Amino acid sequence: MKQTRIIDAKGMHYTPLNQEIRAAVKEGVTEIILENVNGQRFIGNGLRGEDVTIIINGVPGGDLGMFMSGPTCIVHANAEHAPGNTMDSGEIFIHGTAGDAVAHSMRGGEVYVRDSIGYRGGIHMKEYKDKCPALIVGGGTRAFLGEYMAGGILIVLGRGKDKTPVDERGVGTGIHGGELFIRGEVPNHLLGIGAAKKPFTEDDREKIRPYIEKYCREFNVDEPELFTDEYVHIGPSSARPFAGKYCWE
Amino acid sequence: MPIGSVPPKYKVTIDNDLCMLCERCIENCPYGTFRREGNKIMTFSRACTGCHRCVAMCPRDAIDIEEKPVDYRTHPVWTREAREAIYNQAQSGKIILTGMGNTLNVPPIFDRLLLDACQVTNPSIDPLREPMELRTYIGKKPRQISVKKTAEGDIDLATQLAPNLKCETPIMIGHMSYGAISLNAQRSMARGAAEEGTFMGTGEGGLHKSLYPYQDNMIVQIASGRFGVDIDYLERGAAIEIKIGQGAKPGIGGHLPGEKVDEKVSKTRMIPLYSDAISPAPHHDIYSIEDLSQLVRSLKEATEWKKPVFVKIAAVHNVAAIAAGIARSSADAVVIDGFRGGTGSAPRVFRDHVGIPIEAAIAAVDQKLNKQGIRNEVSIIASGGIRDSADVTKAIALGADSVYIGTAALVSLGCRVCGSCYRNMCPWGIATQREDLTARIDPDIMYKNVSNLIHGWTLEIAELMGAAGINSIESLRGNRDRLRGYMLDENILSVLDVKTVGAGAE
Ligand code: SF4
Ligand code: SF4
Repeated sequence: MKQTRIIDAKGMHYTPLNQEIRAAVKEGVTEIILENVNGQRFIGNGLRGEDVTIIINGVPGGDLGMFMSGPTCIVHANAEHAPGNTMDSGEIFIHGTAGDAVAHSMRGGEVYVRDSIGYRGGIHMKEYKDKCPALIVGGGTRAFLGEYMAGGILIVLGRGKDKTPVDERGVGTGIHGGELFIRGEVPNHLLGIGAAKKPFTEDDREKIRPYIEKYCREFNVDEPELFTDEYVHIGPSSARPFAGKYCWE
Repeated sequence: MPIGSVPPKYKVTIDNDLCMLCERCIENCPYGTFRREGNKIMTFSRACTGCHRCVAMCPRDAIDIEEKPVDYRTHPVWTREAREAIYNQAQSGKIILTGMGNTLNVPPIFDRLLLDACQVTNPSIDPLREPMELRTYIGKKPRQISVKKTAEGDIDLATQLAPNLKCETPIMIGHMSYGAISLNAQRSMARGAAEEGTFMGTGEGGLHKSLYPYQDNMIVQIASGRFGVDIDYLERGAAIEIKIGQGAKPGIGGHLPGEKVDEKVSKTRMIPLYSDAISPAPHHDIYSIEDLSQLVRSLKEATEWKKPVFVKIAAVHNVAAIAAGIARSSADAVVIDGFRGGTGSAPRVFRDHVGIPIEAAIAAVDQKLNKQGIRNEVSIIASGGIRDSADVTKAIALGADSVYIGTAALVSLGCRVCGSCYRNMCPWGIATQREDLTARIDPDIMYKNVSNLIHGWTLEIAELMGAAGINSIESLRGNRDRLRGYMLDENILSVLDVKTVGAGAE
């Protein structure tokens, strides 16, 4: 049975706030509503619990859900940098924009951002067996998207953008696993070393469909073209991008 | 290629009068230096890396390995190494990789620092009959403490103390990851460290299940690649270390080649089988001291402020200012790794030419933090080229709280410092994941070598302290008056803040 608790975060430091959240989860509360959040960092940091939902009313500070393992965070505002940093599992939905390094080193779970994100989105995401992290961005992104990606899936829908939702350089520099799907066009000169365009197949379309469906459901979006438009598929040019860089003494 | 091949580095010969044809040399050398032809063992010197496994295992002492005299024209500037590096790069156009520590002939400053001993009026202390306090607490210390009286009239500590690591000796084992070294090597060191009441670092390769029994004596590391990092990993460690830099390769990241990422390594690092494990130079969520501070605090927040968090940097020119920033970032200890630190693999040009000696770095950091009045707020752990208990004692006298050893711990497991660790063929079963080779280390036996080493050094430190009239490690820390510089120039002496030999106390 759903058990809800409301915590007023007004003027609260992040440590007592997180302590209250942990205590509530321990008591079996499954829905935590945080009111008046205003820049508190590390919300849900290292928190466990598959069936826990945290609803955040206000703007959370950096590293939302860092190292988080299981819970769902729904933010009814913008978010600061690095939501989903090194997250293990769980979901984060941001009804607005997010800052730099979104989903940094995320190793499981999903992050959905309704609008645009800053620099270095999805940097260093990685996967292991059935743990395949996903970052879905509704708008556009800044430079250095998906750098050093070692796994996972990164989708940019480019809503409200012209045909080039990512128009800054360094896309996929050093990527050695995982894949990016960007709606519209990505000029070749924006690709970083180690990144290569691949054909966008019908299998790929099926693969990204559930993520787009979830995005549309959560953010109440009805744009059928998201499912039918062409996407640029970017992946590693080799699984060992630096294998040829070194010789032995 | 028209340059042709370079001469072999070693010459391996067999004394056929001694050899009993047991073929142990053939079995023990993974590089293929030996083969049998009829009633003779033949050698292929070009394959030899100087690891000495064959020499150590030959029952008849029939094998001789010599460094092969250079047959180029001798030249004081164009050394063999300089010429061969050019031949190599002219042919490959690549970065030269190497292993272990700096091979340039730069004399360690430690060897030019001499320790003090008491004589008549202030007699030395005998560690056999007097208690010597070597226990070291790593972590933040309060500026001052306050106490309160309880209703029963007892005195209680009112100050809340930050979590500290309690080490029975100032010697810890530094971070060497699973992947770079074998699990059996890690297990030997972890058990050895636990046995001596001290700690060992996991490196950035995650924490393998078989190390869980030693988790209370392990410091888990988080590097830019974030390999194997989840909340379970963070909670298992006794402390958490953020790796920013490493002495063998300051300013660049790490790269474990896919060949070493076998089933178990991939599981521990949580990355796909045989994929390259790349840790780029920067953490991409750290671009300033404020960002670093945020990562420190996010780790503390995730583990409910129960664990000390360390930050490891390479010793570089501006190390004191960087360490001062770290000290103000909520970190509990700053780890400084000097330019003689070892590595599983690094570009040679970095290993040999980037960074500064640990001796100068410790002294500079200790003085800077003292001047700023924050030395007590953070511990200093020094590493990079600590070879014996004298180095440990000198490092502490220069201002470190404790040291990390790396190469020395590997040497206690048999490592001959051959420098070929990046080839995944370490004949001693250390820097390899090849199962036939890793089986050469039995952790249930070899842990004793590690604990013996730490034990022996700890006894020696107690003796050195006693000789200097010091009975507590606290009184040795930063006590530069117990040091004198011998054949060091004035500039270095002033950086070290150490007087020259012959100078008395003020
Ligand atoms: S190990 Fe020694 S005795 Fe045995 S075959 Fe080799 S050289 Fe001869
Ligand atoms: S670990 Fe092995 S390969 Fe590396 S220096 Fe030691 S003996 Fe040589």
